[in-house]
Amino acid sequence: MFEQFFEWYEKRHDYAQGWMKKTGGEVVGCFCSYAPEEIIYAAGHLPVRMLGSHEPQDVTEAHIFGMFCPFCRDVLAQGLKGRYHYMKGIMIAQSCLHIRQSFTSWKKHVPVDFAYYLYMPNKVQTEHSRPYLKSEFEKFKTALEEWTGKEITEEALRESAELHNENRRLMHEVYELRKGPNPAITGLEAMVMVASSFFVDKKDHNAELKRILPQLKDRQLDRETGARLMIVGSEDDDTDFVRMVESVGATIVVDEHCTGTRYFWNLTQFDGDIMQDLANRYIDRPPCPTKDWEERRRFPHILQLARDYNVDGVILIQQKFCDPHECDIPPLKEYLNANGFPTLFLEFDVTVPLGPMRIRVEAFLEMVGEEELF
Amino acid sequence: MGVYKSEPLKSWAKAKELRLKYYKDYREAHKKGGIRWTGGAWAFDAIPAGLGRDVYNITGEPYGASLAFDKPLSQECMEAAEAKGWARDLCSYMRNYWGSMYLNKYAFGGEYPTPDFCYQDHICCSHGKWYQHVAEYKKIPYFCIDVSVGPYKDLDEDRLMFVVNQMHEAIEWLEKVTGRKYQDDLLIEAVENEFRSTSTWAEICLLNMARPAPLDEKTMYSLYVHGTLAKHSKEVADFYEELRDEVQYRVENNIAALPNERCRLMSDTQPPWGFLKVFRYLEQYGALSVGSLYTFGLIGIWETKPDGTWGPRTTPMQKGEKITTRDQALRLLADWNLSKPEWQHFYDPDLKTEMMLQIVKQWQLDGVLLHLNRGCEGLSCGIMENRLGIAEAGVPVMTFEGNMGDEREFDEKSVMSRIDSFMERLDLKMLESKARA
Repeated sequence: MFEQFFEWYEKRHDYAQGWMKKTGGEVVGCFCSYAPEEIIYAAGHLPVRMLGSHEPQDVTEAHIFGMFCPFCRDVLAQGLKGRYHYMKGIMIAQSCLHIRQSFTSWKKHVPVDFAYYLYMPNKVQTEHSRPYLKSEFEKFKTALEEWTGKEITEEALRESAELHNENRRLMHEVYELRKGPNPAITGLEAMVMVASSFFVDKKDHNAELKRILPQLKDRQLDRETGARLMIVGSEDDDTDFVRMVESVGATIVVDEHCTGTRYFWNLTQFDGDIMQDLANRYIDRPPCPTKDWEERRRFPHILQLARDYNVDGVILIQQKFCDPHECDIPPLKEYLNANGFPTLFLEFDVTVPLGPMRIRVEAFLEMVGEEELF
Repeated sequence: MGVYKSEPLKSWAKAKELRLKYYKDYREAHKKGGIRWTGGAWAFDAIPAGLGRDVYNITGEPYGASLAFDKPLSQECMEAAEAKGWARDLCSYMRNYWGSMYLNKYAFGGEYPTPDFCYQDHICCSHGKWYQHVAEYKKIPYFCIDVSVGPYKDLDEDRLMFVVNQMHEAIEWLEKVTGRKYQDDLLIEAVENEFRSTSTWAEICLLNMARPAPLDEKTMYSLYVHGTLAKHSKEVADFYEELRDEVQYRVENNIAALPNERCRLMSDTQPPWGFLKVFRYLEQYGALSVGSLYTFGLIGIWETKPDGTWGPRTTPMQKGEKITTRDQALRLLADWNLSKPEWQHFYDPDLKTEMMLQIVKQWQLDGVLLHLNRGCEGLSCGIMENRLGIAEAGVPVMTFEGNMGDEREFDEKSVMSRIDSFMERLDLKMLESKARA
């Protein structure tokens, strides 16, 4: 049932090039989930989130010092290896220091016509960030218009915002089906569903979601649910890891990743001024740790998800060297434990050692399930 | 015997005295009914100065460096931070600082003096999070200003006002958490002091263009630090003017930092504080680090002069501008700080490469040593692109890995050996007297 999402995820480059041929638009690489995709789409382009390929590589050492996260190096490797030879535009919405180096090195060493750094505020907790981000979105819109020579109309922005909202609503509907005792989809399917939405036209993604949703409602998976787990942390599209976890007596029922719920959880609320509405959506979204201060607003949100999805335990995932998450994980672990949710911490690299991690996950599942045992 | 005459810096004793007074004043602030706050070295410290003349601060980075210099204490702090579950690749200043807080040990004697509030600014991922944890652990209020609005060349009214509006918000917050009435005249005084101290520091660095250089970078570390402690204070601004006069005297009288100066280098990022002997080792080759973008531009404020050279930024006072209102003071303060050289590379490594090459040219340098500093993601951001850019410009460049605040990540033998190779590349042999020693 999820074959189409898997195909899009695995053949992202084929899809992108086919889309360009079909529409005449350009593909714009986005280096963080804070990128305002709605504006890019309204300009007639396809916003594509830059992810890695989970392959060992040796092309980025000269560009990014080895103390920065493997994800940002994996992303840059895609550019240096020419995998996005067809992509003429890139942009970043400012977030952590790691991924911005993928952007700056890409701009310098991979030929593109359009490279835009959007100064997304880090302090999203001040009300001043709202008009400020609106002004940054307007500058970005102007830059896109200058690049393509075409005006981005208010109507196009509204249509794009509606389309993106619809995608978010549909993915919410799918996620709802994970709340019950027998989730209708696996964690792997959910991960690929969301990740594929980074690569394809939301119209196509929405059509596929609408096709599968009625079938999903009656779907009975031919597997035991086992322990209900949540995965939380840095960027994560490690399908091999999720497949392994779900092969040892568990189902991942919800996540808090920028490749998962953080990306699509909140909708744009329409209140008159479309650019302000879009800015508000990005200010109000579940925050990345790098933007979650002074108050910790992320933790109560994670706790709420854990409760809503009735999870038995939480796997805390961190890309090695990811400072923002490293600053959240010890207090988050304490917070979740204090609220009755056991946790397992795992550090990720471009590829993960599945054998040793399997042992740790199995031990965790044994602990999570010990009440049932005794 | 060296080629040049040399003599100790007369200002040295005063520099030490001022620094110790700063840490002592902070510790004892409560005894005098004063306020103490903690935050980063880049925080807009002129703003809390408007709360009164009895407001003292401790800035985390120089405090973390002081801890790093005391290797046994630093080791204890690191272990205390790691025992709490923090990753050992996090900012090493932050881990030293947190460890000192957990151990309740103050690097300058006694217990860790709990601040009344945390007040910070944010441009690096660790900034906002550092004092979030301090505030939680110590159960004190916290305010942080986001300054990541892009490089100065792209500054416009919207970006400036995002910072200025947060500054206004900070003042309201300070009044609320301290119960004190804010005094704009004290703010204006502090802002003017900051312009004076940070511009004068740039003047001092400019004097190091002289051959022989009147200062070596290892000495400069003990001098620039005042700007990271209290750049808004009259004491620091006055001290820098005295120091400038002495350095000027040294230039006029050919008084060298290194009598055998024959090779001029620059470094990059914070040094490994537990291994400043790297600089003494270089001197055995007659090689002197005359500074860096870090020592020049961490607190020094610069501008490009009409002839294309770098020079101290002209202060509003030098331009004849009279500061009379809070808003005017805050706008000028934001604009001034957003032009800080060390804030530019956060957005594009090419901006840093350009500045480094300007220093190479203007200070007539023979090579560059890049410290790949595992302890600071902020200043290491883009550093490999800097290496490529410097090499492409034909300037000899070497890298060495280390950590500004965690001595466990410094391989002394390997670094010294890399320096030997770099010196060979620069056609330098160890000076005979040093080689015999």
